[in-house]
Amino acid sequence: MSWFSQTLTSSIGKKLLMALTGLFLISFLVVHATINAMIFYNDGGETFSHWGHFMGTNPIIRTLEIGLVAGFILHIADGLILWKNNREARPVRYAVNNASANSTWYSRSMGLLGTLLLIFLVIHTAHFWIPNRSNQFATGEELNLYQMMLDIFQNPVIVLIYVLGCISLFWHLLHGFKSAFQSLGLNHVKYNGAISFVGTAFSIIVPILFALMPISIYLGWVN
Amino acid sequence: MPHLKVESDIKNIGMEGNMSLSLKVWRQSDKDAAGGFEDYKLAHVSPDMSFLEMFDVLNEQLIEEGKEPVSFDHDCREGICGACSMYINGRPHGPLRGVTTCQLHMRSFKDGDTIVVEPWRASAFPVIKDLVVDRDAFDRVISAGGFVSVNTGNAQDANSLPIAKESADDAFAAAACIGCGACVAACKNASAMLFVSAKISQLALLPQGQAERSIRAEKMVAQMDAEGFGACTNTGACSAECPKEISLENIARLNREYIGAKFSSSAV
Amino acid sequence: MATSSRLDAKIPQGSLESKWSKYRSSVPLVNPANKRNLEIIVVGTGLAGASAAATLAELGYKVKAFCFQDSPRRAHSIAAQGGINAAKNYQNDGDSVYRLFYDTIKGGDYRAREANVHRLAEVSGNIIDQCVAAGVPFAREYGGLLSNRSFGGTQVQRTFYAAGQTGQQLLLGAYSGLQRQVGMGTIKMYNRHEMLDIVNIDGKCRGIIARNLITGELERHGGHAVLLCTGGYGNVFYLSTNAMGSNVTAAWKAHKRGAFFGNPCFTQIHPTCIPVSGEHQSKLTLMSESLRNDGRIWVPKKQNDNRPGNEIPEAERDYYLERRYPAFGNLVPRDIASRAAKERCDAGYGVGTSKLAVYLDFAAAVERYGRGEASKNNIHNASDVDIITWGKAVVKEKYGNLFDMYKQITGEDPYEVPMRIYPAVHYTMGGLWVDYNLMTTVPGLYSLGEANFSDHGANRLGASALMQGLADGYFVIPYTIGAYLASEIRTGKISTDHEAFVKAETEVRERIETLLRIQGKTSPELFHRRLGKIMWDKCGMARNAEGLKEAIQEIRQLRKDFWSDVKVMGNATYFNPELDKANRVADFIELGELMCLDALDRNESCGGHFREEYQTEEGEALRDDENYMYVSAWEHKGPEDWELHKEELVYENIKIAQRSYK
Repeated sequence: MSWFSQTLTSSIGKKLLMALTGLFLISFLVVHATINAMIFYNDGGETFSHWGHFMGTNPIIRTLEIGLVAGFILHIADGLILWKNNREARPVRYAVNNASANSTWYSRSMGLLGTLLLIFLVIHTAHFWIPNRSNQFATGEELNLYQMMLDIFQNPVIVLIYVLGCISLFWHLLHGFKSAFQSLGLNHVKYNGAISFVGTAFSIIVPILFALMPISIYLGWVN
Repeated sequence: MPHLKVESDIKNIGMEGNMSLSLKVWRQSDKDAAGGFEDYKLAHVSPDMSFLEMFDVLNEQLIEEGKEPVSFDHDCREGICGACSMYINGRPHGPLRGVTTCQLHMRSFKDGDTIVVEPWRASAFPVIKDLVVDRDAFDRVISAGGFVSVNTGNAQDANSLPIAKESADDAFAAAACIGCGACVAACKNASAMLFVSAKISQLALLPQGQAERSIRAEKMVAQMDAEGFGACTNTGACSAECPKEISLENIARLNREYIGAKFSSSAV
Repeated sequence: MATSSRLDAKIPQGSLESKWSKYRSSVPLVNPANKRNLEIIVVGTGLAGASAAATLAELGYKVKAFCFQDSPRRAHSIAAQGGINAAKNYQNDGDSVYRLFYDTIKGGDYRAREANVHRLAEVSGNIIDQCVAAGVPFAREYGGLLSNRSFGGTQVQRTFYAAGQTGQQLLLGAYSGLQRQVGMGTIKMYNRHEMLDIVNIDGKCRGIIARNLITGELERHGGHAVLLCTGGYGNVFYLSTNAMGSNVTAAWKAHKRGAFFGNPCFTQIHPTCIPVSGEHQSKLTLMSESLRNDGRIWVPKKQNDNRPGNEIPEAERDYYLERRYPAFGNLVPRDIASRAAKERCDAGYGVGTSKLAVYLDFAAAVERYGRGEASKNNIHNASDVDIITWGKAVVKEKYGNLFDMYKQITGEDPYEVPMRIYPAVHYTMGGLWVDYNLMTTVPGLYSLGEANFSDHGANRLGASALMQGLADGYFVIPYTIGAYLASEIRTGKISTDHEAFVKAETEVRERIETLLRIQGKTSPELFHRRLGKIMWDKCGMARNAEGLKEAIQEIRQLRKDFWSDVKVMGNATYFNPELDKANRVADFIELGELMCLDALDRNESCGGHFREEYQTEEGEALRDDENYMYVSAWEHKGPEDWELHKEELVYENIKIAQRSYK
């Protein structure tokens, strides 16, 4: 095995990969949340569609998108492999385990939260990204994503699914953001406070921003 | 005279207190046996007893009844050898922080409590008998690189190597690890990263450890993985349960050392 | 000099200062190609065993190392707290090799060999160099250089330390060297193996019988030399600061196969241990002697004073060590501090519910340090509350882990109330008799560290056990073993099919079968407790002829009872700690008798051996140099039968004086 694959398949390498892809996905969330937040201009989707068009057609962005898909796949696949390895490391479970005495439930549930997010991701891409890209490939034309949003978020069940997805995202980020820095070895008494603060703030702000979108549309604040 | 006062006092061992306890203890005759819990009742437990002294009383009671006593690892009984290893009511070394099983005293429990005691659970720590597990994996990880290669007689004068007090103190804090395995036991992934990182940190922080810094990190991690320990999810359970309160900072340093070594050393 | 031809100490000729360096340069060498064919068995992996095994493997010998614990890192050296002495004179306070040598001989009450002790002092500095190079994180000053502190019984600062965990750090250093060789394949490590006999062929030690404690199998291991680094036998008293597993079995088997036992009655009672809390007590916990640097020891001036310690006014306290020994005060050697505590408690001045404790008080140190902090920070009008707070912070930094440990065990907060302490068995100066090469009276069988009798005489100074263990392992045996092995290069591999191995294994098996067959009514644990009670009462801190004679009879009876009434559960084919314990207790019982015999023979008081008949009017130990300036070396002749040999001690460099710390 080459030193590179040896590194990435080691226990620390797998964590490194989780951290790097995680931080990459976090950077994607920033872009995604920022552009989607354009709906709050409440200008009939004009600003939103402008940027949506840019993201959907700019060749650099489109190339980066391949990286994004790869990032998702790596993060998910690596996570599943880790989950399997980690379960194998303890074949016999404890009869009584008081884990809440030493760690938070969400830090221990990254696999579960990640799986919920994966389900949400399938639903979400099935709503927007997949139809839009398929249409682009088939006809070269973009769909009117803004209108699709307005339509889809009239269904209260879908809105609820989205809100639940955002809650999963909150818990996943609350541990994942800080954890990524630790996995990269970035733990220093001078900066830990800042990382922790930014991580917590990010985990709260981004999911709230996302959750507000379906809610606002459903409640008619944005139309 | 710190000893038994009269011969009849011997009969009073374990009859001094007024706590009654129910114990559920994991019994397993050998590595391959199935194993299961057995229930025991103890009366007259003194709050001044250590947890292991309570087990001594239980064992004397079992011998009296013609049953085999419970096997458990223990040696120094002063919190430093790292032999004792009981998973008590769902936590390694029981309910207190920064304390080994042998230093846990019965005053931490209440009259009438039920206490569940299990061995460390990890594929890298197979059960030998009852509460005794095999921790040779830790020795093998140290053999892989947890040392400075200095033969006896090679050393220069000790004071020819000044070391900043902060580095020496940090190295000492990491070196305080007693190798008990509570970190592995507590971790949901049975990961040994805290143990490995403590040794890596100690030697990475000291000038003596610099020459082998890269190869040490690479070899120790490779051995750790080969032993079947899990990976780290950064839950912090290990550090929270560590009787010597080894810091999570060490795991970050381990990650740095390993990643740095892998991407920069000339070993292909 | 010696009264037995077998007691040749082999001390090199020449002046004291040049003996070791000359000898080291002239001792026969084994060529590297031959070393590969010579096998050395090391039993025990504490400081002495681990350092010896690692160093011998580095030199090229094939080494097999054995420990009964699950890992060599758990050997009880790990529990040593205070520090390790070395004549580095880094503090420029007048220390030197000679002074360390002198202090050790004097501290040992003139019952140790000059040449051995001088060698120990000579190599002490190398030990620190070696440990630092191996990554041992000793305490340091802000300038980056090593820090020192003073320790009981000395007036210079020569003790190197790593907080209250010096033994741990040194052992982990030696252990890492050992594991390095294990990784390289030059040492084969046998964890969870207990040595149950040695095997002699044609008068030379050629191997051991060991029991795999997991499977119960008996194994034969052959070697050209066997090193017993198996620690002391303090657990003969049942309650001691030793680990639960510490035992005399390896040394005792060697003794029964021809190795003389030196000074068995020399036991060290450590003055600062946490008092017994009840009958359930399984072991005692030491509080580092370093606490005596800052703590003041006292008892109430009134007998049976039941007030809490912090409510007894200054004027009603008796700081008895400062009163009796103004020159050394609270820093007198261990034997003296222990006896003084016992004297006060026996006279009715003890404290705590058991009345078997004295106070160790940090109030004065807290105030002194608090004022020091205030003046360091230029605060001239600090309140008393602030001073106490700052002082406590300093004390916490110095002794925090010890204070935490005390609180954990007793449930009392030593920052608020004075600690209660009482002496406890801690170390045994006696052990297998060895010559200058550390070889016992059985050729090819060596003994290192606490297991041998050598360097501490009748009392060991604080921070000298770690020094001796590492000196023996790192810097003595690697040289001296050449004197024997150089003549073994033609021996060839030791065959374990030899009838001596078969016979020894059969004897071990029969003994185990006997233990399991008895199925009496009493557990090994209770026999151990009974033995401990006899030993502590009659062969403990104070001894007298009458008590010792009674003890010998009681122990003989106990031995009979043991072999007819012991109840060992389970069988010998799997992990069975009860069987291991029974085996060890049986040997402790026999040792107990020998200790009493030795104490009875020695009609004087010296160091840790205090015979009530031999004391000054002030209650100090009264030595008899005329008649007892010898090492007692006991030869085992048969059950309950020993012959005493004497190795006369000759002091050519030190003027013998009555030890005074007043």
